[in-house]
Amino acid sequence: MSALNAAGWRPEMGPAQHPDHESSRQPTASGDKGLMLEEPLIFELGKPGSTGVDIDPASRAPADALSKFRRRQQCQLPGLTEPETVRHYTRLSRQNYAIDLGPFPLGSCTMKHNPRLNEKVARMPGFADVHPLAPQQTVRGALEVINELAVWLIELTGMHGVAMSPKAGAHGELCGVLCIKAALEARGEDRRVMLVPESAHGTNPATAAFAGFAIENIPATAAGRVDLAALKARLGPDVAGVMITNPNTCGLFEPELKVICEEVHAVGGYVYCDGANFNAIVGKVRPGDLGIDAMHINLHKTFSTPHGGGGPGSGPVVLSEALSPFGPLPYTARMADGSVRLIEEEDAAGMGHSQAFGRMAAFHGQMGMFTRALTYILSHGADGLKQVAEDAVLNANYVLRSLDDVLDAPFGSSGPCMHEALFSDDNLPEGFSTLDIAKGLIDEGFHPMTVYFPLVVHGAMLIEPTETESKAGLDRFVAAMRSLTARAKASDESLKTAPHFAPRRRLDETQAARKPVLNWKGG
Amino acid sequence: MRYLPLTPADRSEMLGVIGAATVDDLFVDVPAEARLDGPIAGLPPHASEMAVERHMGRLAAKNLSAGAAPFFLGAGAYRHHIPASVDHLIQRGEFLTAYTPYQPEIAQGTLQVLFEFQTQVARLYGVDVANASMYDGSTACWEAIAMAGRITKRRKAVIDRGLHPHYVGTARTMAKFTGDTIDWKAPKLEADCDTAGLIAAIDAETSCVVVQYPDILGRVPDLAAISDAAQAHGALLIAVVTEPVALGLLEAPGHLGADIVVGEGQALGVGLQFGGPYLGLFGCREKFMRQMPGRLCGETVDAEGKRGFVLTLSTREQHIRREKATSNICTNAGLCALAFSIHMTLLGGEGLEQLALVNHARAQDLADRLAKVPGITVLNGAYFNEFTVILPSDAREAVRALADRQVLGGVSLGRLYPDEEDLARGLVVTATECATAEDIEALAAALEGVLA
Repeated sequence: MSALNAAGWRPEMGPAQHPDHESSRQPTASGDKGLMLEEPLIFELGKPGSTGVDIDPASRAPADALSKFRRRQQCQLPGLTEPETVRHYTRLSRQNYAIDLGPFPLGSCTMKHNPRLNEKVARMPGFADVHPLAPQQTVRGALEVINELAVWLIELTGMHGVAMSPKAGAHGELCGVLCIKAALEARGEDRRVMLVPESAHGTNPATAAFAGFAIENIPATAAGRVDLAALKARLGPDVAGVMITNPNTCGLFEPELKVICEEVHAVGGYVYCDGANFNAIVGKVRPGDLGIDAMHINLHKTFSTPHGGGGPGSGPVVLSEALSPFGPLPYTARMADGSVRLIEEEDAAGMGHSQAFGRMAAFHGQMGMFTRALTYILSHGADGLKQVAEDAVLNANYVLRSLDDVLDAPFGSSGPCMHEALFSDDNLPEGFSTLDIAKGLIDEGFHPMTVYFPLVVHGAMLIEPTETESKAGLDRFVAAMRSLTARAKASDESLKTAPHFAPRRRLDETQAARKPVLNWKGG
Repeated sequence: MRYLPLTPADRSEMLGVIGAATVDDLFVDVPAEARLDGPIAGLPPHASEMAVERHMGRLAAKNLSAGAAPFFLGAGAYRHHIPASVDHLIQRGEFLTAYTPYQPEIAQGTLQVLFEFQTQVARLYGVDVANASMYDGSTACWEAIAMAGRITKRRKAVIDRGLHPHYVGTARTMAKFTGDTIDWKAPKLEADCDTAGLIAAIDAETSCVVVQYPDILGRVPDLAAISDAAQAHGALLIAVVTEPVALGLLEAPGHLGADIVVGEGQALGVGLQFGGPYLGLFGCREKFMRQMPGRLCGETVDAEGKRGFVLTLSTREQHIRREKATSNICTNAGLCALAFSIHMTLLGGEGLEQLALVNHARAQDLADRLAKVPGITVLNGAYFNEFTVILPSDAREAVRALADRQVLGGVSLGRLYPDEEDLARGLVVTATECATAEDIEALAAALEGVLA
């Protein structure tokens, strides 16, 4: 860990001793520093009244009928030419960290490599340039893509049906919870309580509350699992179901999930499984075999569709036989003649799907993500997907065991983890926090792990390397983490003001929230 | 396998560090009976890039793409020319493969884009503030209804007849579970919107009035009059814009009294993609800012006083507030918002106006030509780039017959409103700048053949 690097500097020295440190603070006339480029806002680069697009003049004047609706003043936005635009966004892009630049071990986010074949396929005109309401006879291939992906999602999860239209993970959760609510209503039961473990993603309680359920927390055991005894004690005729994440947000498989499902079913409830962490078990375990009733699949996690700086997502929901009749419209079905048909409002009753709870959004779902996810599944195949889960779990355990002598791994003694390694801040010296380690990682050229989540661990650091990191990449990450913990133990104060080498130093989030400035106020 | 860097030697070395004999020892928590002992049924083994591309290419070739035929569909999804630089820039890995900007020091690119995007949307809509985008227009519309309920403490949404039926369906689905009331009736085939009928439905229980602008039939509602009526009853006006290019020509809803403006942003920068991913736009008055759903980006400074941007007001959001959040939404439509923003940066207000003028001129050309087809009547008074024609028979059959002739001729109202016999002869047609004079002639000629 203490070898001199190319700059003649050892990590333990801290950024303040870095030979580049002082020179990096020297001002320049332009404000730019070599490849560190500052970039103004588009509103500071151009003035309203200009455009960077050549548009043929309109052949005729607007109709008189429109005159009373006309805009009094042109929208006050600048138009930049193509060279200005390309440079603006290229310069901005360089202020982002991304998977393409290095490890991005955000726990629970599954930041794996995004294969470029996915991008190429999604841009084929037959997929990219097709209208959602085009006559079905002209979109046979698009419907086959949806249906083929649906088939593989059902097979991979061992479930009965799938709703493809949810737009993202939380939207999928909502879909699953609405299926549960619809099923209960069909039984004439008004159950009000949804049980949610305290380690759950925030979307779980938010979703259930949105659907009108009262939320009750279920505690975790000392081993980081759902407290089965507490859960059993709470089950009763007022419980609609339980929302459980598996593998859970501590990075652990819930070994009692099958028992939980049986217990919940025995009292007439349903089990919603948050599938955010499906990457750990794809091809190894089918959640349907454990007895769950619904699970969303984040195509942007397990199936590699790009995160795009925060979306778009895609959250198909697989459903048990009990919940499938209540799934939303529209959906695809293979007809007797072998063709795939999109079943919308007009056909649902005739197809025996009259109990559908309704529509969750316009059109039919995130087609652009379906093409990418199907491309990913076919690229990996049955053997590759299994290897994905194995390598993801192997990489996480390698990180766990490479760091558990310097950081506290609260559940490390209970056995292996799944796809993510969880540490607490217990071993950090007084005065140093999880945030300091995270910001220090930025200076080391890595994206930080997920911090302060799950809430059940103090100062949580949740590291999900994913299967697309090489061993050499993991070794560099581990070395950086060991160096950072060593610096904290050596009371290196410079760690508390990290990052020092990023495009920005720590940002004042308090000021941002106290006096929100959400858009540019200039003229 | 081309996406998996670990070698067999790596794996065994790593197992040694871990202290496990085999990788299956790492799955020890999985009950033995639940472990798969063989590959997933039916799924073939891994395949080469070429083989997968061939398979997907064959599926793509079974679709008639919009660019390969005379094309006149709209109704919530619009085909506009997208400048080449848009798709090039959104494929930069630093944008494409970044995550939500939770670490702002190394996400200023995404954050500044969102700040610029929020400004563009606010100015386009004529509102004080806008968020960093939602899933799509239909879900943004429901979120606006839910937000109006939180603000007014009332539970009844009065929805104009002209709101896109998929948006109505989405709101009805959600309302069924939340206990809200949705007051809506199907549209009538009339030249102008039923403003008087809408205003008459607003009462003291009404949380919001939801009006699409222009509406599903392409008509332009009188937002100012509706705003006055809503205000008189203490209800909020939610304007819904499915075609943002229209705002190059039409007054911004915020300037006409709308309290919340939401809509679909796909028409700028994002391709049709068979319905998604798109992006929801969401703006409102500043006084409602803290009731907004979704992510917000705000300006601040860093420790050295340099301007920078962060996600802010996150105490509204699910990861902090859990069951008390304003919405369960987590993601936004980041990459689509980037595409929208780049297209908008190229256009500017000037380009948007020019584009809108061309769209409207093409639609007028289309209306003039279709009016000459025997048996066809143009319904609308005012319209932007989309209007409704009445055919002599069920428009669903006409659409299918046109498709047999390789013409994508519009969206039949029968498909959108299967239960409304009175609407079955209606066909919504759209002409953007992409529609040529030859395309218009081809549609008219095909319709003459189909209806003959």
